[in-house]
Amino acid sequence: MWLLCFCNPILVIRCRNILLHTVEMKLLTHNMLTSHVKGVTKGYPLNIKATEVKVNEVDFNAQFVTRMIPKLEWGPLIQAAEVLGHSQDLPSTLIPNYENDEDFLRKVHRILLEVEVIEGSLQCPESGREFPISKGVPNMLLNEDE
Amino acid sequence: MSSSCRRPEHTGPPEVFYNEQEARKYSQNSRMIEIQTQMSERAVELLCLPEDQPCYLLDVGCGSGLSGDHLTEVGHYWVGVDISTAMLDVALDREVEGDLVLGDMGEGMPFRAGTFDGCVSISALQWLCNADKKTHSPPKRLYRFFSTLYSSLARGARAVFQIYPENSEQLELITAQAMKAGFTGGMVVDYPNSSKAKKFFLCLFAGISGVLPKGLDSEATDRCVSSQAQFTAQRSRFKNLKGKSVKKSKDWVLEKKQRRRRQGKEVRGDTKYTGRQRRPRF
Repeated sequence: MWLLCFCNPILVIRCRNILLHTVEMKLLTHNMLTSHVKGVTKGYPLNIKATEVKVNEVDFNAQFVTRMIPKLEWGPLIQAAEVLGHSQDLPSTLIPNYENDEDFLRKVHRILLEVEVIEGSLQCPESGREFPISKGVPNMLLNEDE
Repeated sequence: MSSSCRRPEHTGPPEVFYNEQEARKYSQNSRMIEIQTQMSERAVELLCLPEDQPCYLLDVGCGSGLSGDHLTEVGHYWVGVDISTAMLDVALDREVEGDLVLGDMGEGMPFRAGTFDGCVSISALQWLCNADKKTHSPPKRLYRFFSTLYSSLARGARAVFQIYPENSEQLELITAQAMKAGFTGGMVVDYPNSSKAKKFFLCLFAGISGVLPKGLDSEATDRCVSSQAQFTAQRSRFKNLKGKSVKKSKDWVLEKKQRRRRQGKEVRGDTKYTGRQRRPRF
């Protein structure tokens, strides 16, 4: 292995990057994803099953979090965060006047953008179809008959 | 727009064409990277996003995340969808900021209604116009893509697609399916008079009918100051002058007279008539 690495500089770079990569599926993306299997009417929320979860620091942007909160489905977000064990003591219903509560926004920021799933799967609640997640990338490809 | 046999769509499906070897080009070939970045800059410009506001965008056919890098640079958050695992692996290697999803455009976008503030796509849509499997029907796949995209965009959002259409029928098919799905908008063509610099952008509006932005013209070339040779339609007539004046011009005449004077030859003095054109005679 090492001999190979010395011969081929590209190989060395590839080995290093695989160890370093940081992109995984965020809960923000999970909150937006639906199942698009044929015949499924709602297909939301996808049940999350994680075998590997990581917390990755991301710069806090209060404006973005405040803008995203009205777009979120709050219940499924808290549910998903609880499944991953990072619920941050957030209430099960959205509090009013969250715009000025920085502590609250930081907690939401943490579960939205910092808690990430690396390995696991997403399951459609209606059809039971599973979409595997590998290396943080959910595989939403369908089979020909779906 | 002539059809050539070198179009990558004709060689095979995108998940096969963008293999590891092809994907590596997108992280190493500086010319490819620059073209991709330039096109994504222009696409973001055409999106007309609100200023000083971080937006949540969708990048369809994100590939190695070059267009996403530009989105991150201008302060937006994005989700990328691509069908090629090799390209997504390159994106993972490059540690892009956005989230990645492996998916097929023709199967529809698996996102909730009203999710995104905009959508960009660089050189991806033309792949949908080819049937790679027996069960594929390009009009149906295009319609499914556009209708699911329409619902996943917020009202008033725009979608900009940079495409390389093969012929006018293909362009018609794409726009017809987009209109059927409820979009308004149309094509913006940059540098329409140049065969190389010409770029097609399909600008679609979800919900509102905005004003279609104007395409770039050759007069507005000052915007793309880049390291590569600039395209120019002008024929340069005096290529190898190397600092000398154009023959028979006033400067050339004056230089020649000066040279003769230095050689000690008899030369008439310079007047306001020197090197001037004679009046036209019939």
